[in-house]
Amino acid sequence: MTTLFYIFAAVTVLAALNMVLQRTPVYSALSLIVVLCSLASVYLLLGAEFMAVLQVIVYAGAIMVLFVFVIMLLNAGHESPSHRSRVAKWLGAPLIGAFLVEMLIVIWDQFPPTSAASPAHLDGSPAAIGHLLFRNYVLPFEVTSILILVAVLGAVVLAKKEF
Amino acid sequence: MGTFSDSTVLLLIAVVKIAVVLTVLLTIIAYVTWLERKVVAHIQARWGPYLVGPHGLLQPVADGAKFILKEEIMPAEADKLIYWLAPFLGFVLAFLSIAVIPFGEGFTVHGHPIQFQITDLNVGLLFVFAVTSLGVYSIALAGWSSNSKYPLLGGLRSSAQMISYELSLGLAVIGVLMNAGTLSLRGIVDAQSGFWHIAGVNTWVPHWYVFVQPIGFFVYFTSAIAETNRVPFDLPEGETELVGGFHTEYSSMKFAMFFMSEYANMVTVSCLATLLFFGGWHGPVFGPKIVQILLPVFWFCLKVFCFIFFYIWMRGTLPRFRYDQLMSLGWKFLLPLGLLNILVTSLLIAWHG
Repeated sequence: MTTLFYIFAAVTVLAALNMVLQRTPVYSALSLIVVLCSLASVYLLLGAEFMAVLQVIVYAGAIMVLFVFVIMLLNAGHESPSHRSRVAKWLGAPLIGAFLVEMLIVIWDQFPPTSAASPAHLDGSPAAIGHLLFRNYVLPFEVTSILILVAVLGAVVLAKKEF
Repeated sequence: MGTFSDSTVLLLIAVVKIAVVLTVLLTIIAYVTWLERKVVAHIQARWGPYLVGPHGLLQPVADGAKFILKEEIMPAEADKLIYWLAPFLGFVLAFLSIAVIPFGEGFTVHGHPIQFQITDLNVGLLFVFAVTSLGVYSIALAGWSSNSKYPLLGGLRSSAQMISYELSLGLAVIGVLMNAGTLSLRGIVDAQSGFWHIAGVNTWVPHWYVFVQPIGFFVYFTSAIAETNRVPFDLPEGETELVGGFHTEYSSMKFAMFFMSEYANMVTVSCLATLLFFGGWHGPVFGPKIVQILLPVFWFCLKVFCFIFFYIWMRGTLPRFRYDQLMSLGWKFLLPLGLLNILVTSLLIAWHG
């Protein structure tokens, strides 16, 4: 189990790096798909089959298909570095460093290495997730769906203006 | 058996099962191509293949040999890595989903229960959907990497088509899931055993979900045909307008792999239709023990065969849709119908408790 986790974790990190460093958009998109699928495998190792399968269906199977579709439609070739923003150049690396340190502190607080954090007590079955989503967290769920609906309407309005 | 540990035996059983299922599936795929040529030929008042072997039964073998021996041609401007990857990706994904399909009840040997299924996931149905939803990359990337205009159009069409029809495909099965109360394919089939009882009277109509979910079945099967890129929804190939669509630039065995994955997907989709709506392996069971074990598998295969025959029948009967018709059918007809089906089913379930 631990060996499998390290394999998938390594694949995730390497594919994520490749996604950022890659200059061809299609390769970047494919690397992102690899990241999503290996993350799903990590979920699977944690016993969350439902989350794993949803991750593949929603992200890798639907959203990323749209990404690839758009890249193919625009026939995007190689990227060339832009020299427009000097702020990004100087602030990018320090901000990423600060963010990483922050994340590490949070994780250290939540799971100190002395306490063997085991996710086994969590129930990852569809029924359990459904109960949580539609009983305990029904308000955030509904608010999110309305937010998405508004975004969809906005997209339709923006697209209609073109004609 | 005593000398092996339990995990070794389990591993051995799994390996044997995978080998058997793969061999059977590959043979079935080879002979579905023969069946398709034969049936379509007879629909069009021709003979079909009849020279190689009796009734052309050795034609798939001849085709295979021809595909292997043909020259490989790769477009000079193709993206080499993805051009190679695309057919393999489609092939692997198409064969992966068969892992969770149950074929029958199962039996015990030396106290080891053996199921007619490679593995029973508790989210088996969603696993199949996840794997089929990744299958679109094979076609889209094949179209893109060929670096040629007709394949690109085929790839674009297929990604748009598969995104549209996946939605109705997913919505269509929710009615069945609400009735069965499980995502395990074995559980869904178990929930369909016996007969329908109306007010305590046995109707002798099998307890199949197609009788309570006819709309769900209609939406499922229509979207499934579109998902597998078959006539009348084979726009990504469209040989009269796109030469051959996404596989125009592919030759020899890589070309054959696209077709093998298409037929494997057809088999998977037919298996799912049987499991979800037609009671899986349930049917009359009688006779001695060995017959009792094998009859359910026979019923399952018979039902799947009917669906595959229906696929071929459609190909011989219907013309291809126009692209805008395909899109409006998916978004303006099947999707609302699927949503309405969910609404009515959940209201009825809430009503009856």
